[in-house]
Amino acid sequence: MRIEGQPVIELEDVAYNYGGGELLSEVSLSLSPGSFHFLTGPSGAGKTTLLKLCYGALVPTSGQLRLFGQDRREMGRDDIATVRRRVGVVHQDCQFLDHLSVEDNIALPLSVSGRDLLAEGANLKELIGWVGLRERAKARPPELSGGERQRAALARAVIMSPDVILADEPTGNVDWEMSQRLLRLLIELNLMGKTILIATHDLALIRAAKAHVQARVLRIAARRLQLAGADL
Amino acid sequence: MKLDIRGLGDLLIGDVQADRVVPPTGFTAWLTLFSAGAMAFLAIFALALSLATGRLAERWGDELARTATVRISAPEAQMAAQTAAALRVLETTTGVARARALDDAEQAALLEPWFGPDLPIDQLPVPRLIEVIETAEGFDADGLRLRLQAEVPGAVLDDHTRWRAPLVRAADRLRLLGWLSLVLIGGATAAMITLAANAALAANAQVIQVLRLVGARDSYIARAFVRRFTLRALGGAAIGMAVGCLAILALPSADAAGGFLTGLGFQGWHWLWPPVVPVLAAVVAFFATRAAARKTLEEMP
Repeated sequence: MRIEGQPVIELEDVAYNYGGGELLSEVSLSLSPGSFHFLTGPSGAGKTTLLKLCYGALVPTSGQLRLFGQDRREMGRDDIATVRRRVGVVHQDCQFLDHLSVEDNIALPLSVSGRDLLAEGANLKELIGWVGLRERAKARPPELSGGERQRAALARAVIMSPDVILADEPTGNVDWEMSQRLLRLLIELNLMGKTILIATHDLALIRAAKAHVQARVLRIAARRLQLAGADL
Repeated sequence: MKLDIRGLGDLLIGDVQADRVVPPTGFTAWLTLFSAGAMAFLAIFALALSLATGRLAERWGDELARTATVRISAPEAQMAAQTAAALRVLETTTGVARARALDDAEQAALLEPWFGPDLPIDQLPVPRLIEVIETAEGFDADGLRLRLQAEVPGAVLDDHTRWRAPLVRAADRLRLLGWLSLVLIGGATAAMITLAANAALAANAQVIQVLRLVGARDSYIARAFVRRFTLRALGGAAIGMAVGCLAILALPSADAAGGFLTGLGFQGWHWLWPPVVPVLAAVVAFFATRAAARKTLEEMP
């Protein structure tokens, strides 16, 4: 794990209120380039909210949030869009455009950023092959299995070669074998220098990852973020 | 509203990828096509009405303003003498370009709509009419009346002012009403397209969420919707315009009677106006959808 340079995402004493109640409190987190983090905690603890803060979808109620050195509060919508091009997000429910093919969905970040899809064609095909979806490239997302959807979402998240990859329960809907395959892909990305933050319940996945990379495990409990115990 | 040349340019050039990110189907597509078509159809009629009444007002206000009539009511034996005297007076009146007495056939033609074609005009005590054409400067009507009263006792000058003025006013009002209708049609089109665009944006909230997740700027998302709605409005309005023009062509043509209703339509270079309707509908749709998209995207978290 490479931990050097300015943090790509930094939270300092961040609190976030939702529906009148405080969901997160005094959260401080610094994601250095090339680092690997797991985020655990019970359902409803605020893992997804923390991830949303990390890609600028939410604004902290209090505290400082810096995305690539910029204060979130001073960022406009276009700035957030620029950040999203540097942060690949994998949701548990994947979020595809069902009227487009898998290939078009994976290429979506290229399209919205105005990149020439013809020029990127070779990279796109290579990426689809890397996640093992070459045969399913023309299928529509609803035709894919849970594992295939997760791999397609991962491919879409990395196609812009982002600095950070945030994954929310990426193995939530897949079997053990598929979760290991997804983990290997994420580890490969980390070895390429990408910063990884994975929110998961799956302790076995965390143990499997720690056999290959130096990963920091964080836990949200009682609205606060803390380092998880040594048993992980 | 500031004209967005770049936005219109992007619209014409298009972006195949951006076009595809919004699902192609939905009731809003038909709603936009239908409302743009119906409004263009109505706009063609409003336009035809405006142009026809414009022509009418011009004719009544301009051509008829330079004509007058002298009516000679005299016993049969004096009719020719009084007509000749009136013509002499007119010939020496400043502001009269020319004057001529209508012959029996022309007078019969004037009476034909009321009495039929077989009117024995020579057996009836019909006054003789003299058509007077003014010069651009015009004549002094009061002075001419006094001279005619002195020299031709049976002559009465009618300078058309009494009946022409209210007709010109009515035609002008009708023309104004036509243009007002066009403005209202434009406003109604904008309102309907705004509603359709809002419905489409709300129905595609999930699509917008995904696009934002992968780094799409609001301008990119808005462009995808704006282009689609603009092209739909253009297509619908083109169909409405074509049907409207066919309906106008199917109206009875302006005949010799030159009645107002039979004159409703386009003449000469006025035919250049109908193709402007779909273009204007597209421009209205462009700005209406852009405003709706910007507002909706601004309000979306």
